[in-house]
Amino acid sequence: MRHILSVLVENEPGVLSRVSGLFSGRGFNIETLNVAPTLEDGVSIMTITTTGEEQIIEQIIKQLRKLVTVIKVVDLTEVKNVEREMMLLKVAAEEGKRAEILRIVDVFRCKVVDVGFDELTIEVTGTQDKLIALINLMQRFGIKEVARAGAVAMRRSMQ
Amino acid sequence: MELTGAQILLESLGREGVDVIFGFPGGAVIDIYHQIPNYPNLKHVLVRHEQGAIHMADGYARATGKVGVCLVTSGPGATNTVTGIATAYMDSIPVVIITGQVPTPLIGNDAFQEVDIVGITRPCTKHNYLVKDINTLAKTIKEAFFLAQSGRPGPVLVDLPKDVQQQLCTFNYPKKVSLRGYNPHYDPNVKQVRKVAELLCKAKHPVIYAGGGVISSSASKDLTRLAQTYSIPVTATLMGLGCFPGDDPLWLGMLGMHGTFAANHSISNADLILAVGARFDDRVTGKLSEFASKATMVHIDIDPTSIQKNVRVDVPIVADCRLFMEALNKEMADVSQLEDACVPRDKWLAQITEWKTKHPVKYKPAVKGGPIKPQSVVESIYKLTKGDCIISTEVGQNQMWAAQFFNYKKPRTLLTSGGLGTMGFGFPAAIGAQAAYPDKLVIDVAGDGSIQMCIQELATAVCYNLPVKIVILNNGFLGMVRQWQELFYDRNYCSTCLDVAPDFVKLAEAYGAAGFRVTEAKDLDATLKKAFATPKACIVDVIVDPEENVYPMVPAGKSITEMILV
Repeated sequence: MRHILSVLVENEPGVLSRVSGLFSGRGFNIETLNVAPTLEDGVSIMTITTTGEEQIIEQIIKQLRKLVTVIKVVDLTEVKNVEREMMLLKVAAEEGKRAEILRIVDVFRCKVVDVGFDELTIEVTGTQDKLIALINLMQRFGIKEVARAGAVAMRRSMQ
Repeated sequence: MELTGAQILLESLGREGVDVIFGFPGGAVIDIYHQIPNYPNLKHVLVRHEQGAIHMADGYARATGKVGVCLVTSGPGATNTVTGIATAYMDSIPVVIITGQVPTPLIGNDAFQEVDIVGITRPCTKHNYLVKDINTLAKTIKEAFFLAQSGRPGPVLVDLPKDVQQQLCTFNYPKKVSLRGYNPHYDPNVKQVRKVAELLCKAKHPVIYAGGGVISSSASKDLTRLAQTYSIPVTATLMGLGCFPGDDPLWLGMLGMHGTFAANHSISNADLILAVGARFDDRVTGKLSEFASKATMVHIDIDPTSIQKNVRVDVPIVADCRLFMEALNKEMADVSQLEDACVPRDKWLAQITEWKTKHPVKYKPAVKGGPIKPQSVVESIYKLTKGDCIISTEVGQNQMWAAQFFNYKKPRTLLTSGGLGTMGFGFPAAIGAQAAYPDKLVIDVAGDGSIQMCIQELATAVCYNLPVKIVILNNGFLGMVRQWQELFYDRNYCSTCLDVAPDFVKLAEAYGAAGFRVTEAKDLDATLKKAFATPKACIVDVIVDPEENVYPMVPAGKSITEMILV
C-alpha cells in the first residue's frame, strides 16, 4: 500500500543523505520526496511517499525515528489527510490544437504560466490521480517536459 | 582561558573518563598529537595499521563496557577504520572515532588525503559529525560519547578539520546533552511485564533466548536469577555467550547454524520464547518460517527496529534488558505466589537433559599419532585456565570452536565479531582488552588465515608489553569456506588452501614476541601452559587436522533442527 510519511528533521548538512541512504541501504522504495524549511528555525519537513507491505512500512517508520537528526515521523495515511502535488507540464501546442488544450486547462483548473510559438507550459496542483489524468490527456498533443514537486500533505483538522 | 581545538578535544576526552586511545598519526591530526604529551593521564597506544586501532578500541569497549576511543588521520587513515567501524556497528559496541580532516577551506577540493569519511561511514555509524565550527566542538564530543553508550550502543565518528584543531575558543564542557530527535526508551511497560510473568508461569516449555543486549545492558545477573529461580532453560547467540553460566544445568549451549542439538530442539519445541536483547539473525534462525513455530514469542529490545523485523512477535517490549529483567523478577515473585500459578517443568527439563546427554557437542577424537583436533585445543585452553581468562576470536572455524568448546561463565569474557564476521578482529581486540586489564590472561583463538589480516599489531603488543596469547589453530586452509566447499560445492577447494604461510614461530620472534609450535597432542598442554606463563606476547602455532569440520551444522536456509551431526 502507498503511505505518505511526514518527517520533521533537523535542517543540517547531510540530513537528506541520511534519510535517502537509509531507504537505499535497506532496500526501501521512495516514490516521491519533498523537502523544505518549516517556520521553525533549523527544522525542515520532508514528505515521503513510499509503498510496501505493512511490516516494511513499520520498519521504515522505526528506522527513520532511529536517525538522530529526525525529530518526528507521522504516517499521514493513518489519519484523514489532504495531499497535493504540483507539476509543470510543457506540452506541444501547434495552431489548431491550442484551443482544446486550453479547454482542458480550464476543466482541470490549471494555469498557463508560459507561452511559446508552439508550446504551452501549464502549472497544475492536485492529487496524484489528477496529475496522472492530466498527463494522460495531454499525451496525445505531445508532452515535451514534466517537472513534478513530489507530494506534500497535512493532517485534516476534522478527523 | 582559551584553548585550541586540539586541546579542547583532549580535555573533553578527559572529562569522559577516557584513559587510553588507540591511534596512528598523520598530517591532519598532527596538532592533536602535538598536545598528547601534555595529557599524561591519557595513554596513547600507537598501532601499526588503523584497522588495528579501531578493533583495539572495540575490544577495549567489549571487555570493559566503557567507550573505546580511536584517533586517526584523514583520507586513508580514516578509510582504514571503516571495516572496524562496521564491525562495532553490527555488534552494537560503543566506540568513538576521531578522524582528522583537511582544513575546512579545502573540503570538497580533492585535497591531499581528503575523503568524505562522514559520507562513507553514514550507514555504519550510529551517528557522525563533521565539526566546522570550533564553538560546537566540546558539545559535539559530549554528544558523541552520550550517543555511543546510551540506548542501543554503537560507534560514533567525529571528523575534525585541521584548522578547527588550531583555532582558539573558550572551553566549556556541557553537563547535559539535549537531542530532541533522540530519546531511547528504557523503562518496560508495566502491563506487558505482568503479561510476560503470567505467560511464563503457564508455559510448559519455556526457553530464554539471550543475545548481546543482555551483556551490553548488564542484565546477566537478573537473567540468571530468573532462569534459576523458575527453572527456565537458557540458550544464547554467539554475542550472548557468557551472559549465563556455561556450567549451569539449565544452560543449553549456543543456538543456530552451529548451535547445539539441545538448543535448537528446545527452540523448536518451546511453547514460550523469551528473546532478550537478540535480533533473530539469519545465522540464528535458519529457515524463518520454521523458527520457534510452536511458541508464543516475547521480544525485549532497546531498539524498536529490532522488533518485528524478522519474526512475528506476540509480546513486543521496547526496554533496557536489565530494567526489564529486574521488573520481571519482581513481577514473577508476585505472580508465582498465586495458587497453581506455575506449571511444573520436570518433563521439559528431563527432555532437555536427554537431548544434552544424547547429543553433546562433540568431535571424532584424534587417532593415535594422528593430527591434533582443533577442538581439543580449545578444550585444553578451558581446562588450563578454568575459564578464567578473556577469549577473543578471529572469524571462521576457529570462532565456532571457541564458542562451542569453552564454557563462558561471565559476561565480557568472549570478544568476537558476530554480526560482520570480520577476519583480523581477534588479535587487535585482544590487545584492546589487555590494555584495559594488564593482569588478565587474554587469549586470541585464531586461524592461520585470519591471524595474517592484522598480524602487524604484534609490534604494538610487544611495544606496550601487552602479553596477549595468540593460539593459532593452523590447518593450512581458510577452513570455514573450505568446509562449505566440501559440503556444498563438490569439494572444489578454490583459493582456500594457504599453500604458502609464514613460519609463525619465527615471525613472532622477529617481532620480539615469543613463538611456540605444537605438532603432537602430547605436547599441547605443556606448551600452552608455558605460553600462558610467559610474560610477553606469544604465538602458539598448533598444527591441527587440516580437514576437520565444525559440527553440528545447519545448512543455510534450512530449519535449525535439520542438523548435520558428527
